[in-house]
Amino acid sequence: MKKLFLIGLKDLQLMFRDRAALTFMLLAPFLLTIGMGFVTGRFSGNASGISDIPVVIVNLDQGELGNALEDVFFSEDLADLVEPTASDSPEAARQLIDSDQASAAVIIPKGFTDSIIPVQGTMFRPNTTPEPVQIEVYANPSRPTGAGIVKAIVDEFVSRVEEGRVSGMTSIIGLMQNGLLDPQNAEAEARALFENAGMTESTAITLKTDKEGAASTEFDLLAYFAPSMALMFLMYTVSYGGRSILAERAQGTLPRLMISPTHTAQVLGGKVLGIFFMGVAQVGILILASTVFFQVKWGDPLGVIVLILAAVFGAAGWGMLITAFARTPAQVGSVGSAVMLIFGILGGSFVNLEVMPPFIRLFSNITPNKWGLDGFTTLALGGTLKNLTEPISALLIMGAVLFGMAVVLFNRSGLVQK
Amino acid sequence: MPNILEVRNLVKNYGNFTAVKGISFDIKEGEIFSLLGPNGAGKTTTISMLSTLYTPTSGDATIAGYSITKDPMAVKQVIGVVPQEIALYEDLTARENLIFWGQMYGLSGRSLHCRVDEVLEQIGLADKAKNRVKTYSGGMKRRVNIGVGLLHKPRLLFMDEPTVGIDPQSRRAILDTVKDLNKQGMTVLYTTHYMEEAQELSDRVGIIDHGELIALGTQDELTRQVGQTDTLVLHIGENEDADALAASLKGIKDVLEANATDHEVSIITPQAENILAAVVGKANERGIKIHSIDIREPNLEAVFLHLTGRALRD
Repeated sequence: MKKLFLIGLKDLQLMFRDRAALTFMLLAPFLLTIGMGFVTGRFSGNASGISDIPVVIVNLDQGELGNALEDVFFSEDLADLVEPTASDSPEAARQLIDSDQASAAVIIPKGFTDSIIPVQGTMFRPNTTPEPVQIEVYANPSRPTGAGIVKAIVDEFVSRVEEGRVSGMTSIIGLMQNGLLDPQNAEAEARALFENAGMTESTAITLKTDKEGAASTEFDLLAYFAPSMALMFLMYTVSYGGRSILAERAQGTLPRLMISPTHTAQVLGGKVLGIFFMGVAQVGILILASTVFFQVKWGDPLGVIVLILAAVFGAAGWGMLITAFARTPAQVGSVGSAVMLIFGILGGSFVNLEVMPPFIRLFSNITPNKWGLDGFTTLALGGTLKNLTEPISALLIMGAVLFGMAVVLFNRSGLVQK
Repeated sequence: MPNILEVRNLVKNYGNFTAVKGISFDIKEGEIFSLLGPNGAGKTTTISMLSTLYTPTSGDATIAGYSITKDPMAVKQVIGVVPQEIALYEDLTARENLIFWGQMYGLSGRSLHCRVDEVLEQIGLADKAKNRVKTYSGGMKRRVNIGVGLLHKPRLLFMDEPTVGIDPQSRRAILDTVKDLNKQGMTVLYTTHYMEEAQELSDRVGIIDHGELIALGTQDELTRQVGQTDTLVLHIGENEDADALAASLKGIKDVLEANATDHEVSIITPQAENILAAVVGKANERGIKIHSIDIREPNLEAVFLHLTGRALRD
């Protein structure tokens, strides 16, 4: 295990001494991020990136809270961001999503309000806990960014309602225990508090506004473009790392490693770890730089870290597969550069995938860019690690499958000529 | 002295091509053994099999009692390898290279750093240890390349043509290093196609050609095979017909053998001075201009010529 790390660290050290590679890995994506920031008006305050996300609202509840959520989507504050339409039928709404006519459907079930605010006269009675009812966000898998934004709005609303309900209940019980509130009046007071929980500041669930400060669910365009560029150039980095395997074979250091008392698995594992270290260093530095220089708000730090590791793992799988197919370092370089650009386009690094044709959106699922961006967008919209199950699982599965294929190919061809 | 290396019927095939054809030899602990042969003779393939990099097609070898096929990890602990190409990280300094490779051989901590300092002194690069290898001359790189092979104090050191492509001064330094290492008790298997190096360094020599070990023994034993003969080498012009001259020289009394190579004709004879006039006469008859003539006493070159009919550098 120690040798594995030593080989990986040696590769990382060599990367930091290669000025040309550093320029391509760090400076180029950073400059492109700045360029995209200017193009989209992020630096001039005229940001106009993601907008008019089509969403279908089905309010079967028609209670206070259901109406409040519907009002959120139809509010002025979200007018630029979402384009809501109301529907009475969940089936019809799902049909619209399935036929790719909207990013998501928000289905507020009947009894949603009652599940939060109990029916009059039942609040403090035993065995009358209302059945939990959940809002359904029927997401369009081919429009992950839009669906993610809709989901983030719903999550934020539910979270505020839940927060209000718990704090209200705690206050009422406290008042009753201290004799400050008559039990006869407690239910009326509680109902008033719960109703307010859903109503107050409902329009504060805003995106693209600086007025709410850091506490609001704010989407920064650079939180999309910075990871876009980082993920695109990550493909260069992983192919650079893969190229080093073939370069070491050509310059004789790989055979020398194999002659030393080091197992083949340690050598190959060390090289893979080196690629992983390089990718993590690259994306980590770019994210740090974006935070320091552009004040990009990335969201949940734990989610960001885990997502970086998963994205690098998925991308490194591609790097290894390209290397296993190639015969020379130059081949890895040229194929790697081509893959970097193709994945950049397919994965949404330049153009939001939601405006792409369905077959491209389908094809984008093979790119780490798509899943990485999906995750970073979710985080920037206020999501946390627990909201990243899908992109992280996809990236890990991608990495594992590609590594497996690469190992089979390496076993066939031999790491060095045998 | 006991044998540290015993090679038995080692074969390596690449498809239909056999690079090494069942060679067998032993090396005693503490000796310098040279594997002498022209380029493509199978020297590097042999070293690659002995160092466990390539798997033999058949046959086996034991190093310090460990089989290269059955116990390669144990073999790797015993041997040091100086490959023919410079296998170093050019963007790392000499010290960083030595530290990394030392770690690969299981050295660590203080003992690693002390050993790196010793090796840097030994290869004469202590004062330039902090420079990146890519800034070094070819000779300096070769010395670091050797240093890596010495880090873990191997009992048996394989040196695969370590002087290829370097200046005479660096070559001299490397040959002296090999002698010093041997004096310190290290056994050395040295491959070369330079007859002079094999003659200077070796206790015993194996001559390899086309994957076969065609002669084996001390230098005296080998030169005795060709008898008390001299080798007369005629250097002729580029456009001259060396083959025709060689054929005509075979008719001269006391010419035991005459072989043509590029612009040269090599003649084996008991006494070179006795046939000199006749040889020059034959060349004149054919209108061939002789640029220069070398007379060589019995040596490994003559042995190779005697055994293969070709010069070593062919």
